[in-house]
Amino acid sequence: MQIIVNGEQQEVPANTHVLQLLKQLKISPERIAVEINLTVINREVYHATILKEGDHIEIISFIGGGAHAG
Amino acid sequence: MPVDTPLNIGGIPFRSRLIVGTGKYTSFEETKKAIEASGADCVTVAVRRVNILDRSEENLLDYIDPKIYKILPNTAGCYTAEEAIRTARLARSAGISDMVKLEVIGDKRTLFPDNEALLEATKILAKEGFIVLPYTNDDPIMARKLVDAGAAVVMPLAAPIGSGLGIRNPYNIQIIMETISVPIIVDAGVGTASDAAIAMELGCDGILMNTAIAGAENPIQMAEAMNYGVRAGRLAYLAGRIPKKLYAQASSPIEGMIE
Repeated sequence: MQIIVNGEQQEVPANTHVLQLLKQLKISPERIAVEINLTVINREVYHATILKEGDHIEIISFIGGGAHAG
Repeated sequence: MPVDTPLNIGGIPFRSRLIVGTGKYTSFEETKKAIEASGADCVTVAVRRVNILDRSEENLLDYIDPKIYKILPNTAGCYTAEEAIRTARLARSAGISDMVKLEVIGDKRTLFPDNEALLEATKILAKEGFIVLPYTNDDPIMARKLVDAGAAVVMPLAAPIGSGLGIRNPYNIQIIMETISVPIIVDAGVGTASDAAIAMELGCDGILMNTAIAGAENPIQMAEAMNYGVRAGRLAYLAGRIPKKLYAQASSPIEGMIE
């Protein structure tokens, strides 16, 4: 099924949960955060949060920035 | 000698009164060395999308260990309360900090804050248990409103972000100090070490800076200078300076002069 991750189309198997998506994208689950359709997903439930067709997912991390980056 | 008590923000004690940004450095290695030289134990970081197409990119937090440094996520680049709140919530869910340096920018050219939106976001995030550090103008009324809304500190700008103009209105900063009881961290506008010292001599509780260090010809050296500047200013504030007088006052006794 198709989902959108950080603005990019992404193909994932049906019933993929958040941890599996992170593994597919080679993203370590530490020090990142995940939002699905504008709702923040608690890291304790990554494994229990099943993605649905067309979900909008944001995966963020921390980058250099102090006072107004970009 | 007056003993200094550590800066405390939302129940978290700080070793240094200098908080540094992590933007505009040429490499993570340089960022790390500059932070070490600054003596800061708290660094602010921006929240951005992970690059899912190129996973070879290094992660800032591999260089700045969250076990050693307090991480202060910021909402830099947010222009509405909604965006800033969303960014803050995401940042907190990463599980490394309940603090947020709250920025809601009102205008691209000046990067001055949108205080109305800032106040709204502060209220909501403070209610959700965030330790909110709002970036604001040097406006004492706004400072009081932010504290009433639950801000843990108030962070007035000394001059526009990245301008290096120094402390443009020390009198307003002083009035803010008399108006509110939470710590005051000067955020933005510092250009060089003497600016940092001036802010601390006024009695500010701390300073946050990025560009003044990262943009210097030698960032690591400037970081060390800022370390001294902040400490010198704080010590001078605690020591209590002499009053300013119009005329000279001899420092050597007249008694015993040769005649």
